[in-house]
Amino acid sequence: MHELAICQALIEQVEDLARDNHAVSVETIWLQVGPLSGAEIPLLEHAYPLAAAGSIAENANLVIDTMPVRVHCKKCGEESEASTNRLICAVCGDYHTKLISGDEMVLSKLEFDK
Amino acid sequence: MCDTCGCNVTHSNAHLVTDKGKLARTEDGRQAITVLQNLLTENDRQAVHNRQHFDKQSILAINLMSSPGAGKTALLEATIDGLADEFSIAVIEGDLETENDAQRIRDKGVPALQISTGSACHLDAHMVHDALHHLDLNGVDIVFIENVGNLVCPASFDLGQHRNITLLSVTEGDDKPAKYPVMFRAADLILLTKSDLLEVIDDFDPQQAEHYVRQLASEAPVLQLAARRKIDIDSWLDWLRDEVMAQRERRINNLSLRPNIQPEGAALHSADKYHHDDHDHHHQHTHSHRHSPS
Repeated sequence: MHELAICQALIEQVEDLARDNHAVSVETIWLQVGPLSGAEIPLLEHAYPLAAAGSIAENANLVIDTMPVRVHCKKCGEESEASTNRLICAVCGDYHTKLISGDEMVLSKLEFDK
Repeated sequence: MCDTCGCNVTHSNAHLVTDKGKLARTEDGRQAITVLQNLLTENDRQAVHNRQHFDKQSILAINLMSSPGAGKTALLEATIDGLADEFSIAVIEGDLETENDAQRIRDKGVPALQISTGSACHLDAHMVHDALHHLDLNGVDIVFIENVGNLVCPASFDLGQHRNITLLSVTEGDDKPAKYPVMFRAADLILLTKSDLLEVIDDFDPQQAEHYVRQLASEAPVLQLAARRKIDIDSWLDWLRDEVMAQRERRINNLSLRPNIQPEGAALHSADKYHHDDHDHHHQHTHSHRHSPS
């Protein structure tokens, strides 16, 4: 369960950004999380209130975008949808692919009151 | 934005920050900013610093990951026996409790520092940094970081290593790469350990294990060995020799290396591609409850 550590890192970033933007409260935090990031979205949601307690983001909404798993095939050049443990090209079946989405663990956007 | 938040702008994400890092106001007068910053930025920054430590001294840093009991410490013992005449080795051991593993390494005459993580299920870059300051790295060629035995969390934290190695013992089942894709995708090399037990274990097929690794779009080599009985360890030792030489070359050319799979680049690339500020997402949202102040 490293999601608490991840949420604590998130809150530190949010506090820095809020301070730099002279915010009085943080309203909404948007994350992008892919299934291959190693972070579980339900666990992030459970850990978030613990990490946020007492911070400027204590009352913020956490909105998590689940990112799709997609690969680009180095052989045929096509992009296709994949699953977390089957990252092969859906078009030609080759395994020489590059993940282009699905391993994100990103703070994408913040909304705050000034 | 990066002047104020200090986020790590790399060549792969700089265009995102400059294109999308502008301020925008929403209809209700609140202010929204696009951030696009890895959640583990602080850890990653420390990891970059650690990697500079290693690079400056021409040290190869290797992160060993596996489930508990797959044979990471036994692998290190066999490796020390095999390479002590050629290279100077130091070890950082991560465990929840005890000095046992560090002591096993010290018994081989190699300096080892034990990090006791308490309840933490993984090492992070800050823990490793603290450990580096307690190790004499003078003249060291290879630092092994033996991560906490866990096939989940360690894969998410960059420690500043150059290579990730994931061990899979043949007693664990050949479908582990399919069950723990994040961990096995992160590996630059996969070692099937305790291979001497294959003759008595009838449900582990090394080819099937490798098949599952390829399904993860991984080209990492898969080697078999039995460390305690020193069977088939030569390929592993050769791999290490090549890596030490490659690290020395990089040092001469002032280059560095990160492990094969790094989430950051793909993450920010895809963020550019799939995230739209107008909220017309084609992917799924989950919303947490707004919680009252405690």
